[in-house]
Amino acid sequence: MPILEMVGITKTFPGVKALQDVTMSVEAGEVHAICGENGAGKSTLMKILSGVYPHGSYDGEIRLDGEPCHFRSIRDSEHRGVVIIHQELALSPYLSIAENIFLGNERASRGIVNWPQTNRRAAELLARVGLREAPDTKILDIGVGKQQLVEIAKALSKEVRLLILDEPTAALNDADSAHLLDLIRQLKSQGITSIIISHKLNEIAAIADTTTVIRDGRTVATFDMHGAEPVTEERIIRAMVGRDLAHRFPEHTPKIGDEVLRIEDWTVHHPIDRGRVVVDGANLRVHSGEIVGLAGLMGAGRTELAMSVFGHSYGTGISGRLHLHGTEIRARSVDEAIGHGIAYATEDRKRYGLNLIEDIKRNITAAKLAAVSRLGIVSAGAEVHRAEKLRKEMRVKADSVAVLTGKLSGGNQQKVVLSKWLFTEPEVLILDEPTRGIDVGAKYEIYEIINALADAGKAVVVISSELPELLGICDRIYAMSQGRVTGEVGRAEATQEGLMRYMTMDKSGVSR
Amino acid sequence: MSTLEATKQEPAPAETSSLRGYLGQNLWQYGMLTILIAIVVTFQILTDGRLLYPDNVAALVQQNAYVLILAIGMVMVIVAQHIDLSVGSIVAFIGGYCALMITEWHWPWPVAVAASVAIGVVVGCWQGFWIAYVGIPAFIVTLGGMLLFRGLAVLAVSQTVPVQDKGFGAIAAKSLPNALGFLGNLDGMTLLVGAIAIGGLVFTQVRSRRELIRYDLRLEPSAAFIGKLVVFAALTAYITYLLAESTDGTPNVLIIVGALVVLYTYIMGNTVFGRHIYAMGGNLAAAKLSGVKTKRVTFLIFVNMGVLAGIAAVVTTSRAGAGVAGAGTNYELDAIAAAFIGGTAVTGGIGKITGAVIGALIMGVLNMGLSILGADAAWQQAIKGLVLIAAVAFDIVSKRLANSSQ
Repeated sequence: MPILEMVGITKTFPGVKALQDVTMSVEAGEVHAICGENGAGKSTLMKILSGVYPHGSYDGEIRLDGEPCHFRSIRDSEHRGVVIIHQELALSPYLSIAENIFLGNERASRGIVNWPQTNRRAAELLARVGLREAPDTKILDIGVGKQQLVEIAKALSKEVRLLILDEPTAALNDADSAHLLDLIRQLKSQGITSIIISHKLNEIAAIADTTTVIRDGRTVATFDMHGAEPVTEERIIRAMVGRDLAHRFPEHTPKIGDEVLRIEDWTVHHPIDRGRVVVDGANLRVHSGEIVGLAGLMGAGRTELAMSVFGHSYGTGISGRLHLHGTEIRARSVDEAIGHGIAYATEDRKRYGLNLIEDIKRNITAAKLAAVSRLGIVSAGAEVHRAEKLRKEMRVKADSVAVLTGKLSGGNQQKVVLSKWLFTEPEVLILDEPTRGIDVGAKYEIYEIINALADAGKAVVVISSELPELLGICDRIYAMSQGRVTGEVGRAEATQEGLMRYMTMDKSGVSR
Repeated sequence: MSTLEATKQEPAPAETSSLRGYLGQNLWQYGMLTILIAIVVTFQILTDGRLLYPDNVAALVQQNAYVLILAIGMVMVIVAQHIDLSVGSIVAFIGGYCALMITEWHWPWPVAVAASVAIGVVVGCWQGFWIAYVGIPAFIVTLGGMLLFRGLAVLAVSQTVPVQDKGFGAIAAKSLPNALGFLGNLDGMTLLVGAIAIGGLVFTQVRSRRELIRYDLRLEPSAAFIGKLVVFAALTAYITYLLAESTDGTPNVLIIVGALVVLYTYIMGNTVFGRHIYAMGGNLAAAKLSGVKTKRVTFLIFVNMGVLAGIAAVVTTSRAGAGVAGAGTNYELDAIAAAFIGGTAVTGGIGKITGAVIGALIMGVLNMGLSILGADAAWQQAIKGLVLIAAVAFDIVSKRLANSSQ
């Protein structure tokens, strides 16, 4: 009998259908894997299941033990034994392990915490998850792998029956990952059902009893991992990416010229966890008039590579060389990078791209105010003139450049971001997820703009999590995995399956 | 207030060219101006017309010059998402040395004024260094500065240092000389200053509007533009008339404050530096990724605050006629309150110099009106506190309504 059934789940965000008629069921006592590309809808589905998106904000039905559930909050779902552990751990770093385990669920009578009981119960739970740390150790003194175990101990403290793990091994090293997978098996033997979201196909093969594949907000396949027909990674990959590509991209014949940017042996370390290598000896070339794609799954290091190249705006311990038109350049600050004609349009336009409380013109000119000012004084006329010209060229739908960017739709905001970087007159444009969160029509317009930029002789790098998009617009595609560039394919020979193989390759060069 | 709420319930139309849309978007600034005028009218009635006695208007400017000067710098600090708690102590510290320079060391007063501003630069560098380059929150650095400079002020002027110098005393206590004689009973010099102010207002407004029209950018409907010009010109003319009727004419500090307001409005609106402050306050991460040198801008904001504190110290010392260790107490709070009442956003990124001027005047008029009515100083303080909370509450609630209507 299934412990969980989700029937006909549909979830709509303004302008986007995130989930469409998703149906899946999880048997009691199994490990159920969910996989799919970035943005396929996995996390949305789990947020619905755990009550983050309350009942009523979606269509469809959730049944636990055959009984319909109407979760209004995480508390409701936890009350029924459904606990989710998010990819970004939700622990308080300055509190102890024991305090974190019982946070919001304190061992107390009449508001007074019972410390002996708290620590004793915590010690029991830590023993169950195999973590040898004192309950009064602070979270910030233990590593990410152990923090993950604390999260699981916390879930166990809530009498968990269905444990949901979102990318649990994404930030873990191999030993910690192996320990975590062992623990999940052990919990299974104790009757706890797990749902595990993962990109790592080797892990799925090792641990899952059933695998559900989600693509574009729909369930496309369910595999019984112990069935008669063997489930190969090939089959899972095909289910993850299979989709038709007809007419979603404008026709474009590239006019590729000389090399503009060459990145050599580029290595970047994590800004806080300085020992962790985030980009590992990457080599890339981009030519004028060329659109180069950068494919990779979450955590592959694409954004980190781009931002570190853009004036060291991400990371520490950055080494490697940048060549512009064959000459080595120094770009250690954003200012210098812009001066050399490098532009980076961020993947998160609201957080890093725009000042939403300012108008269009001031956003457009922000990265190169010097172009419309003399002796430190901005010429209002020149600014309006230049911004208005770009607004018309990019077809930003707004009455004038005096409209606040916060009032624009996602597609128009993205056009303002592109205008902002075109205003700096770059030679190299790095576009990070240029079509994220915008509707199909606006996407087509963005693709046309990207083509026009290439035709104007710019070197364009497009980072995207949507493989069809990369295949549809790029002349050449690099694939990254775990900080390394694992493959390079030309437009003619690129396929989604081939790229996905490079994107899931581990350090030793073996497809996971 | 009811008209404000009525406009709020309608989602503001995207274009700025319709009169209603324009008023909706500029509600705050004109809203606070309307409230200022309402307060003036109320007290004018309650005090049987004594509030706007010509000499009272001149005194209003002289009493509040320090808030106006400090609030200019405070708006810039708060727009950049910082705060400065130390300016009151800095005023006492610099003011004390200014008095020493003139009385004990017998420096000519212009040299002492220049040296005071220079000390302001040094103090600003000190605080800016810790905030911008070491990364200590401004709240902590300036809280430390508040204690530090108050202590140094007490050490410098353990006993009050009187300043007898006539030239120095004239800065805050005297008015422009009556060089042009009288027109009836009106001071000619004041009329000239008023005429220049109105002329300058009309000229700059018309010019910037022309420029915008040339680029096909209608920022406000012509009805609103002409109405605004007429109202502001009439207000300026009325104030000019009152000052011209007063015993001494235009106070010198009005010229100082006026020049600073014009200069800093220009800096915030038209210079790269001003732009960078708004960019940082609106979205720090985006500003960094646009190549804004955020540390340097932060440093300069605090250097600038030091300069303005130096000027405020000169004005305060001149008005008091002495260097006193206890000078400037709570000045930082007055300046912060003026900025917030004037519409500076608590979260940074939004704020205007003219708004802070209105905020400072609202508090000044409340003070003066209540004291003419003979209200207890304790009541004056309590009422100022309520006005501050009401202003910021209005800011937050109106933003929430604006967001939910989208």
